[in-house]
Amino acid sequence: MKCKKRLLIRKIPSARRYQNKAANMSNTKHAKKYWSKNIRILSILLFIWFSCSFGTSILFKESLDHFMIGGFPLGFWFAQQGSIYIFVILIFIYVRQMNKLDKAFGFDEDQDSN
Amino acid sequence: MSTQEWTYLIIGITFALYIGIAIWSKAGSTKDFYVAGGSVSPLANGMATAADWMSAASFISMAGLISFMGYDGSVFLMGWTGGYVLLALLLAPYLRKFGQFTVPDFIGTRYYSNTARIVAVLCALLVSFTYVAGQMRGVGIVFSRFLEVDINTGVIIGMLIVLFYAVLGGMKGITYTQVAQYCVLIFAFMVPAIFISIQMTGKVIPQIGMGSVLNDGSGMYLLEKLDKLSVELGFAEYTAGSKSMIDIFAITMALMVGTAGLPHVIVRFFTVKRVRDARKSAGLALLFIAILYTTAPAVAVFARTNLINTIHESTYSEVPDWFSNWEKTGLLSFEDKNKDGLIQYHASPEINELKVDRDIMVLANPEIANLPNWVIALVAAGGLAAALSTAAGLLLVISASISHDLAKKVFRPDLTDKQELRLARGAAVFAVIIAGYFGINPPGFVAAVVALAFGLAAASFFPAIVLGIFYKKMNKQGAISGMVVGICLMLFYMLKFKFGLFDGGVSAVNNLKEEWWFGISPEGFGTVAMLVNFIIALTVNSFYPAPPDSVQEIVENIRIPSGAKPPQNSH
Repeated sequence: MKCKKRLLIRKIPSARRYQNKAANMSNTKHAKKYWSKNIRILSILLFIWFSCSFGTSILFKESLDHFMIGGFPLGFWFAQQGSIYIFVILIFIYVRQMNKLDKAFGFDEDQDSN
Repeated sequence: MSTQEWTYLIIGITFALYIGIAIWSKAGSTKDFYVAGGSVSPLANGMATAADWMSAASFISMAGLISFMGYDGSVFLMGWTGGYVLLALLLAPYLRKFGQFTVPDFIGTRYYSNTARIVAVLCALLVSFTYVAGQMRGVGIVFSRFLEVDINTGVIIGMLIVLFYAVLGGMKGITYTQVAQYCVLIFAFMVPAIFISIQMTGKVIPQIGMGSVLNDGSGMYLLEKLDKLSVELGFAEYTAGSKSMIDIFAITMALMVGTAGLPHVIVRFFTVKRVRDARKSAGLALLFIAILYTTAPAVAVFARTNLINTIHESTYSEVPDWFSNWEKTGLLSFEDKNKDGLIQYHASPEINELKVDRDIMVLANPEIANLPNWVIALVAAGGLAAALSTAAGLLLVISASISHDLAKKVFRPDLTDKQELRLARGAAVFAVIIAGYFGINPPGFVAAVVALAFGLAAASFFPAIVLGIFYKKMNKQGAISGMVVGICLMLFYMLKFKFGLFDGGVSAVNNLKEEWWFGISPEGFGTVAMLVNFIIALTVNSFYPAPPDSVQEIVENIRIPSGAKPPQNSH
């Protein structure tokens, strides 16, 4: 997870460079760049979402059941416990990544007057 | 104190609390009424969303369902939580930025068409009404068993309570009562689960107890023991399940996508202040939901093992009190087929003598495990909190659909805010009465339709909203035909394979299993209907011109989080 996070952030230019541009919402190039970074974060997280629910808990459930954690067959554990924990973690990673991205592009709402 | 005195006391206190909150949070404008003023904190919204989402079905029926389905029950666990990932990543932040009051608002504006808006309103009403009838029924069951009043009286008491705080407070009243209801229901769910986990495995945390060694001296893992018991009684192994892989896959997907497309869940994200709050409250909501959803499979395992251990091969004349109590409700029944005076429980209907309604597993669980009276009373209050909170959320969607989407936006744009608010309250009263009617006279198919409501939401809303956000060039012709074909296909499949409408009624349904398309059950067909919706929408889209520039600008604007305005009742 750690290394993936870094990959996501690496290419975002420094916050300051964009501060002025952000003031001008019509700067579509800037907005497009933000959107494509957003899509990238989404795709990575949704890939994990899919593999941890449909992958481990359904498609590969039977082969994973040969392994045990405590009294749980592994595939069964993923289906009734593990996948849910991962879903929660995924959303919080998303929240963090997006808050960082918003800041880097000057789209964070803390600067709004509300 | 007896169980019944405890029940009156605890339910009385919780009801007084809900009413107190309603009076404190009276709605003064349509903005208060529809979206709680748009200033709910992410934490409160997370809790309210969790209570809104966890219905009587989650609280009362789900653990019981899983305990009879074993691994197959995972479809509910994953389906009803995984949808929040889709909701948080694909819908909630953008819809919050868009910032109006309802889902049909978004569809109508994004697809620049009142036809689209009306199609969306009809889908929202169809989904919400089927869902809310089931909630009122849940209220009735709890009242009849624990307070020993007639089911109908129970439904009417429930109606009056919901009526009071939904009509007075609108979304504002509902939000803060839901926060209280979440606390009641999660406490009521966890306490017995923890007690039973300690009894059976010595572990305090049920999620761990479920995978631990039994403390009956056998040295066996709980799940290992349950697998063995299940096979002995002729059932499939608990951890293996018996549905086909493609069906499990399709049902899970349909429930996830349906969850993300349910209007009463989506509107909750209109109530927070900023886009980042919408993201955060989706995470918090799932966290709060996950507490119950990871405990439920543990409760399922405990309850099933306990039931088999205490009842199978025991003498009927010496059964514990709870058995006779539940027999009175008709949800539990015994027929001594081989006349030996013992209760035999078996998978094969010829020798099985015990009928257990899956709905009673959670409610009867504390009694089966011999827990103190106040715990049993607490579970009753929790069941009511779950049913009332969801019912209130749904009623609001219904009332907003009528007063806002139809009256204000289509027929009478000249309505003032005051008039619209009065109309919204009237529509809420009307919706409560209809819901109560269905609670008292449940059409036989309510339970079946509640599960299918997800298929309908998946087949209609989800593709239209996602395309509206992620595909700027999506036009109204594409979106409308996608929604119409999707929901009609889903309805057709439901009527054919769930109600046997074209083959001679419900009795023919079992023989139609062979004809299921791709081996997918009606519950999982929402996945197929959703894909068809996407394909039709994109195909039709390519034959018509792109949407006007003003609409494309809206799309560009909702993709950027900053500058979110509080919801306004105008364009």
